[in-house]
Amino acid sequence: MFALLRNQKVRNAILQVFFVGAIACIVIGGWLNAQQTLAQQRITSGFGFLWKSTGWEGNFSILSAAPNDPYWWFFVVGIANTLFLGTAGLMSATLVGAAVGLARTSSNEMLQLLGRIYVDFFRNIPLILQVFFWHAFVTHLPAPRNAHDLWGMKLSSRGLYVPVFNVDGIYLLASAVCLVAAVLLPFWLTRTRRIPRPPEQRRGLCLVASVGLLALASLIVVAGRVPGEPFLSVPQLQGLNLRGGTRISPEFSALVIAITLYGGAYIGEIVRGGFKAVGRGQVEAAASLGLTPWQAFSRIRLPLALRAMLPILANQYIWLIKATTLGIAIGFSDFFMIVAITINQSGQTLEAIGILMAGFLLINLSLAAIFNRVNKAIALKGNQLRS
Amino acid sequence: MTALHPAAGYRLSSLRKRFFRTPLQAALSLASLLLLGTLAWKAFDWAVLSAVFTGEGGPAACKAAEGACWSVIANRWRIIMFGLYPYEEQWRSALSCVIVVVMIVLSCLPACWTGKRIAAIWILGVGLFYGLMKGGVFGLRYVGEEAWGGLALTLFIFVSTCVIGFPLAICLALLRRSRLPWISRVTGLIIDSIRSLPLISILFAFAVVVPFMLPSWLQGDKLYRVIWGAALFFAAYQAEIVRGGLQGVARGQEEASMALGIGYWHRISRILLPQAMRNALPATINQFVISFKETSLVIVVGFFEILASGNAAYGTGEWTFAYVEVYAFIALVYFIFVYSLSRYGAFLERHMAIGTR
Repeated sequence: MFALLRNQKVRNAILQVFFVGAIACIVIGGWLNAQQTLAQQRITSGFGFLWKSTGWEGNFSILSAAPNDPYWWFFVVGIANTLFLGTAGLMSATLVGAAVGLARTSSNEMLQLLGRIYVDFFRNIPLILQVFFWHAFVTHLPAPRNAHDLWGMKLSSRGLYVPVFNVDGIYLLASAVCLVAAVLLPFWLTRTRRIPRPPEQRRGLCLVASVGLLALASLIVVAGRVPGEPFLSVPQLQGLNLRGGTRISPEFSALVIAITLYGGAYIGEIVRGGFKAVGRGQVEAAASLGLTPWQAFSRIRLPLALRAMLPILANQYIWLIKATTLGIAIGFSDFFMIVAITINQSGQTLEAIGILMAGFLLINLSLAAIFNRVNKAIALKGNQLRS
Repeated sequence: MTALHPAAGYRLSSLRKRFFRTPLQAALSLASLLLLGTLAWKAFDWAVLSAVFTGEGGPAACKAAEGACWSVIANRWRIIMFGLYPYEEQWRSALSCVIVVVMIVLSCLPACWTGKRIAAIWILGVGLFYGLMKGGVFGLRYVGEEAWGGLALTLFIFVSTCVIGFPLAICLALLRRSRLPWISRVTGLIIDSIRSLPLISILFAFAVVVPFMLPSWLQGDKLYRVIWGAALFFAAYQAEIVRGGLQGVARGQEEASMALGIGYWHRISRILLPQAMRNALPATINQFVISFKETSLVIVVGFFEILASGNAAYGTGEWTFAYVEVYAFIALVYFIFVYSLSRYGAFLERHMAIGTR
């Protein structure tokens, strides 16, 4: 017996069995206990509840949801809301971050100072505090009667009203797809090998493709207009409320503003780090070859910096997507809030938490996969980032 | 007089070189200066010049003034800082906050950077904090956890998260590095799945779901369950930082200690961990900063920490218009803690980089 214990392999095997067994005991014990508690509360476990109707309404959704829709549809709506908020927040945070990062790496010391104050200010205050502040700010705007007017938009305590085209949703979607394609197609055109022409001579082709798609997008919008109504719907005061245009809820705008400002500070630091990672030698070589500052920036520093910052940027994006769950603090019906309400209303605690975990795992893994793909596609051969 | 001229001229020319090299640079400098000046002046005017400081006039005096209404803070600072803690006992809450600050400052001094000293400081500090807040001993009145609030609760959650989370992180990191495949795989799975979830959902799960899964004698108070959740989350992130630090230790160190016949525990605690922690120190401080900011999330599961008590301070009755001042005050409290810690981290990073080069 003791001789067996002295054998390293046997000891290792026993240790591993103990460890895995202990973890399994905790998990299974918790599961059994939960089953027992739920049975006492007369809640049948299983995913059957997904097809029952909910009976409540979300306050914001980009897909339509009614109280008699089933639970699974509400989960889909929640994920769509999370993704929509995430995309809007990430895009604007990236724009702000790029501006801040460029300011911090510029040669102008005044700009550097400005960027630094921005980063220090917004990064050192918790995001949830900023969300609360902006929510209070947006809901303390004047009532619709005295709403602020800003370039045709109306800012009121009931939300932000922006003018929109009077166009069917499906046409808008199609035209948005065209717009994205117009941006992405030139990249593909310059890289693909299917066109028997060297990449330098494809500029005209790219231009034609982009402009064509842009024209197509505007054509679709014009074709999809709702007959009998003005083409552009502008918010206007009627009685005590605003009519026309589209309403952006205060919760959504508060979250987008907070995520933009907070994320912008972090992304700004990542952008700065990316530019710092570009070797001095590369920049000096560019200058000594007689490249203008703009050429050195756009041909040498930017491409190298992009490659250096992409992996960190991917982490930051995943973090920001997770941060959208803060919506629950101010009542934005994102994925997490739907899960929380489901637990409250139906008592299907374990299933709902399981769905939550699966949903976030899916979002995070797909984001990570996309970034890995991009990272691999643009990676340089060899080790050119260090000089 | 003549000696002054070259210096002044030099200063002028260096100023010109730095800010006005080309017309574009000059325009950029002036525009940023203008923006900065306007913002600074507006903020100063709002916060100091046309602000109301005393609480005597009440909300009416504030509404008449253009600037900030600091009288809401003068009237409600006790709620923001101490929450629902009994009025006569609030000095205990204040003293507890001071203890935490002293503890953090002490553990920033390099003289205290041995495992034993750090552990002693933190365990002693948390014990003192807990005894002082809860009372029931040495003639102090008993105050249950449900009455804790404000800054003291925020600090308590932060400190106990770190005290539980840090040893846990080291355990997780060592388990993940284990040579036994099943141990490292299972630990890796646990760490990765925690890291892929938002902290709010973990806090929510520990507050709401875990009571279903534990027998009633194990459940404990909601506050401690949430602290365990936060500690687990902290540990999952910190474990990866420690693992990174361990990977940075040259392989020869471990091999040499094995060749000398040093046992596992000695090898880990005397040779690998001290070097690994040195590598991981900047990232660790960063993680502390992040987790301090994230303590504010417990508001979602219904705790009365500084942000929630701030919401309560302006949310009721006459002060509803003064939300900006309340949030600015709370933001200032957070800023002081977070900014000084992160500056310290940056200083340390520079300082240690000198040693290694």
